[in-house]
Amino acid sequence: METDILKPKRKFSLVRALREDSAFQGIALISPTAIYMLILIILPMILVAVLSFMTRGTYGNVVYKFNFQNYVRLIDPIYLRILLYSLGVGLATMVFTILIGYPLAYFIARSPVRKRSLYLFLILLPFWTNFIIRIYAWIMILRTQGLLNTVLLNLGLIKVPLDILYTPAAVLIGMVYEFLPFMVLPLYTSLEKIENAQLEAAADLGARPLRAFLRVTLPLSVPGMIAGSILVFIPAMGMFVVPDLMGGAKTVLVGNVIRNQFLTSRDWPFGAAASMVLMILTLAFTLYYTRKAGFGEELLV
Amino acid sequence: MRYKLFAVVVALSILLAACGGGSSTSGDKVLNLYAWSEYVPQQLLDDFTEQTGIKVNYDTYSSNEELLAKLQAGASGYDVIIPSDYTVSIMTALGLLEPLDMTQIPNFANVADYVKGLGYDPQNEYTVPWQWGTSCLVVDTSKVTTPITKWADLWNPEFQGKVVLLDDEREVLGMVLTVLGYDKNSTDEQQLEEAKQKLLELMPNVKLFDSDSPKTALLSGEVWLGQTWNGEAALAHAENPAIDYIIPEEGCTIWYDNMAVPTGAPHFAAAMQFINFVLDPQESILITLEFPYSSSNSAALELLQTENPEAYDAYMNFAATNPLAEDMSRLKMIQDIGDATALWDRIWTEVKGGE
Repeated sequence: METDILKPKRKFSLVRALREDSAFQGIALISPTAIYMLILIILPMILVAVLSFMTRGTYGNVVYKFNFQNYVRLIDPIYLRILLYSLGVGLATMVFTILIGYPLAYFIARSPVRKRSLYLFLILLPFWTNFIIRIYAWIMILRTQGLLNTVLLNLGLIKVPLDILYTPAAVLIGMVYEFLPFMVLPLYTSLEKIENAQLEAAADLGARPLRAFLRVTLPLSVPGMIAGSILVFIPAMGMFVVPDLMGGAKTVLVGNVIRNQFLTSRDWPFGAAASMVLMILTLAFTLYYTRKAGFGEELLV
Repeated sequence: MRYKLFAVVVALSILLAACGGGSSTSGDKVLNLYAWSEYVPQQLLDDFTEQTGIKVNYDTYSSNEELLAKLQAGASGYDVIIPSDYTVSIMTALGLLEPLDMTQIPNFANVADYVKGLGYDPQNEYTVPWQWGTSCLVVDTSKVTTPITKWADLWNPEFQGKVVLLDDEREVLGMVLTVLGYDKNSTDEQQLEEAKQKLLELMPNVKLFDSDSPKTALLSGEVWLGQTWNGEAALAHAENPAIDYIIPEEGCTIWYDNMAVPTGAPHFAAAMQFINFVLDPQESILITLEFPYSSSNSAALELLQTENPEAYDAYMNFAATNPLAEDMSRLKMIQDIGDATALWDRIWTEVKGGE
């Protein structure tokens, strides 16, 4: 502010401000995002919060009368069970994406530089196809007379077709498939940053490769793992398309509960209350996790 | 300093608003149709545009509830919608429908008498029939050798993991209620609790719930029998004649879809033109041929008989499209259950989130 006083008063110029005033530059850079967040995230969220205290009319319309019952209804063993089940599905997805994603990310990070971008490109390639279409492709592969069973039967590896489609195993396959890239990319960024010199130093100090991996590589890749876990776990908790299409819609996850309130029971206030609770729980979990384990700086990459 | 920040934010807001609010429709040369997916033949829309010069924008939904949600959220800009029976009741109760101008719909005379003036719109003040249908029992007779005549047969342990049901609480719980001898629109807590137990007994036999395309699992051999929409069964039957459609002893659901105009429709005149156009026998045939649900248009069926006798015979001789008169008495409509919806939803959630 003092600089403004010292300087001779000049007419405000947008161009000059953008060029010289660093505070102004910051504001100009942040405002598109800020406006976007305000209109498309903050305002709708306030609407959801307000809606969660309203009442369902007999015809499924929203009656603007204060009502706390929506939250009371959520205190029910059935919803707790569904929440725990969804938590389980989210955690299982997270664990399997780490188990499969880690070796893959490690392989890419240790490849010659020229090949890395090709591999990363290959990981992103499936995203060019619509998600639903890729899920239908999995249905074709897994069903009783599908690709997998036909191949295994013809090779004589199995005698009876495997019953995979419309089981929890199919749900897990679909989820891990869908979320794998979200684990691989942050892991890759972490692993790629590890200098070869660090591993050489470990070797010089007498560490065998396994020990070097456990004491050097693994700890240094933890931020990537945390970032990946957050990116996988949160959307996996709310996912309902995969359980519906590949699990035969036989299980209910929190995502289904919320969607059903809007699209079948037409009970918007109850659906809003359920979303609020899920959001708060997820936020609490994430905060606790990041407090314990650090924010996972790769999230910013 | 602060006003600069303000100026930038305002400038960007205006820019953003300018980008978003630029679309306005000109004249009555547009019609916004909001209808079920896989339900309106493209040929019909093209014919309409060719004859009238009115371009049709066809948006889709996959449940009545989705339609309701959109209309309840406020002005939608749609001119013609296709709600089912009980949804018409809800919409008229909420004042979401515009009365039609029947003087502009002379083709209403083509509509079969038995679909006119039904309970949800006794005077046909708001709606004109589109198609009707049922959701009954479908069986692949090449896989199931014992004769199937009733819903209760689904509980046979022989069919473990071989049953497909619609992913629809009203249809599934309604079906279980009729198996128990109760009303499918029951709001009685005791009866619903019994239905829940009965449905839990059926779960080991259920391979999947699917409302979008139950015929797929049937055609691929994944399941042998189950519950499906009549049009889906007719399409499956055309592909595999072993797939049969049965109106079970306990009865099943009948529904009527209707054309209607939402309140505040921007192109009312075009909507009247479109509704009249659809009721023309020549155009109505297109619907029956492509999406074989049951036709509400008796003039169209007569025309089909002379123009395409083969398709007419296929239509008349299959229970999915043309149920026998004596079976019709066992068909019953779904009705809105008002506040009991929460109870139904809870039971549905308990069955699916059971373990």
